[in-house]
Amino acid sequence: MPALLRSAFVIARRDFTATVFSRAFLFFLMGPLFPLLMVGIFAGIGGTAVSQAERPSVAVVAGDLDFQALAEARARLYNKVDVSAKLELLHVLPRPDAAAQRTKLLVSKSPPVIAVLEGGLARPHLIGPVHAEGTTIRQLQFMVEDARRARADPDPNAPIVQLSRTTASAGSLATPRALTARAGQTVLFLLTVLLSGMLLSQLIDEKANKIIEVLAAAVPIDAIFLGKLFAMLAMSLLGIAVWVAAGAATIAMFTGQSLASLPPPAVGWPLFMTLAVVYFMMSYLLLGSVFLGIGGQASTAREVQTLSMPVTMAQVVVFAVAATAVGSPDSPRALAAAAFPLSSPFVMIARAAELPELWPHLVAIAWQALWVGLILRVAARIFRRSVLKSGPARRRSWWRAART
Amino acid sequence: MAEDLVKDFGETRAVDGISLAVPAGSIYGMLGPNGAGKTTALRLLLGIIDPSSGTRRLLGHDRPLDAAREVGYLPEERGLYPNMTAREAIAFMGALRGLPLKEGRRRADDLLAGHGLSEWARKPIRTLSKGMAQTVQLLGTIVHRPRLIVLDEPFSGLDAINQAKLEELIRAEARDGVTVIFSTHVIAHAERLCERIAIIAGGRLAFEGGVDEARDRLQPIVRLRTRSEDGPWRSAIPHGARHERGEWVFDLPPGGPEPLLRALLDSGAGIETLAIERPGLHDAFVAIAGDAAAAAMGDPGAPS
Repeated sequence: MPALLRSAFVIARRDFTATVFSRAFLFFLMGPLFPLLMVGIFAGIGGTAVSQAERPSVAVVAGDLDFQALAEARARLYNKVDVSAKLELLHVLPRPDAAAQRTKLLVSKSPPVIAVLEGGLARPHLIGPVHAEGTTIRQLQFMVEDARRARADPDPNAPIVQLSRTTASAGSLATPRALTARAGQTVLFLLTVLLSGMLLSQLIDEKANKIIEVLAAAVPIDAIFLGKLFAMLAMSLLGIAVWVAAGAATIAMFTGQSLASLPPPAVGWPLFMTLAVVYFMMSYLLLGSVFLGIGGQASTAREVQTLSMPVTMAQVVVFAVAATAVGSPDSPRALAAAAFPLSSPFVMIARAAELPELWPHLVAIAWQALWVGLILRVAARIFRRSVLKSGPARRRSWWRAART
Repeated sequence: MAEDLVKDFGETRAVDGISLAVPAGSIYGMLGPNGAGKTTALRLLLGIIDPSSGTRRLLGHDRPLDAAREVGYLPEERGLYPNMTAREAIAFMGALRGLPLKEGRRRADDLLAGHGLSEWARKPIRTLSKGMAQTVQLLGTIVHRPRLIVLDEPFSGLDAINQAKLEELIRAEARDGVTVIFSTHVIAHAERLCERIAIIAGGRLAFEGGVDEARDRLQPIVRLRTRSEDGPWRSAIPHGARHERGEWVFDLPPGGPEPLLRALLDSGAGIETLAIERPGLHDAFVAIAGDAAAAAMGDPGAPS
């Protein structure tokens, strides 16, 4: 193991054990559990409201009689069976250019349409990105058959609902993926804000107890910074693991839902979750190295508190920049935010929800890692110069020279 | 080894062109009054801070941190993590210098036992007395068996018994071939322990050499008591002699004791007692450091 990493490991091990095996860490772990419990309870109520407000719609292109029969069948079905993902039926009168009408409906975002049912009850034809065995087509099949039965002269040879599957519709993909993107960004931001702020005070102990001199004589300052950064990252990941487990259990217990009930991201759930962990680590390391550098200049807890406000505001600005990328991941603004190291992880997690390409993530992770190294290097250099008073003599500034 | 080391803190020059070479296996004292630049010089040698100009070489390494595994350092401002146990603190300090943690713990147990601190091994540092904590830090400085030990004001804060123990520990390390450099402003320790010393004053190296060389910088002191209180023999007493508690005290004249004795006997001084004393390191230090400090402050009367 290179000397720098070995030294960083020694520092990280001490910091990690000193933090995790302390009584304060229990409070740290328990802190978010109470709000999580509340979120779990209210998510049950809120989730119902959301499902009503944003229930997926099927546009039914049919005459008034056919639609009315279908709507009545829908009402009968939902009266008899408790379906969690109830379909909304949107009545649209047929127009001469059926293809143009269909395309327009499929890209409609208000309301979001997941599929279009054409052909009336006689020849029902569902077009859209729905699963052949999924709940949408099965519910529609029930409704069509029930509507036919309700008529006086049902045709026993009438065809079942025929499906023409398309890859995507605005209603089926864009809106939910943007929601996933925004959710991913928000969670990433909240975790980073909550956890990386601790790094502001990481060097206070060493400075107050005069240990910094012992450390600086034995290992490079870069190793001290790196060790502290990774110790806090490991502690944060441990905390997140506990919170995620507790959160998942709470959500499952109170809402009966799981991750699978959320809109799937473009890269798929397993990769999205992996990228979420990686981007959390990168955003933590990036912001954390900045905080460590800033906090290294503080000598007391009071100074750290004074510094924390502008630092938090700066984080909010970074998040606001990243938030503009959601919905248009290839726009110049989004690309600029992805290139700016501190907002890059937030932009890229949103991109993972919206676009399936993987190579931009590899480039972004390498870019972010490079910046972690650079920021740490600069922070360590500033610390040596300003706190340890190291380095060659500075040239007298012009104003000082002018004064003398 | 240091060559022409200079360190400026803003407008203040803390170290001004210090050059020195410490022989391997020796006990080397760095003496100087408070604020002379001893600690800054040690921090420069160890690579904690970089010089404004000049070069340094530590155990053959141009970059002092490359020698970190072979160096032990006890800073002037002692510091330990208050919640760490004594045993873990020593092992941690060893780990910083490359000693595996398991081996560090084993050696920590042995060292603590050797210093009568076994029962404190698993207690947090914050529960230890100041002297005990200082001993723990010292043990952490040597746990990885370094080739060079640097101690900055190691005796400050210790009672007489612990000072004697520390002196013995320094001697024991030197017997094992370890080079020990320590700074102090208490001359007695340096006089008892050191083979070579550097006297720093006003950031400059005022003297570098053996303890005897430093003492030889001053003329021996003559203490003379006569039966006669006055007479022609008084002309034999050099100008500037002091009369203290019935005896004359003055530097031995450059001609040595023989001309002085002859002049006193011939002029009927009636010598009751006459002693020629070699000056101590304390006197040498006061003279050398005082002159250097005066020179650093631009005193035109100070010797060059």
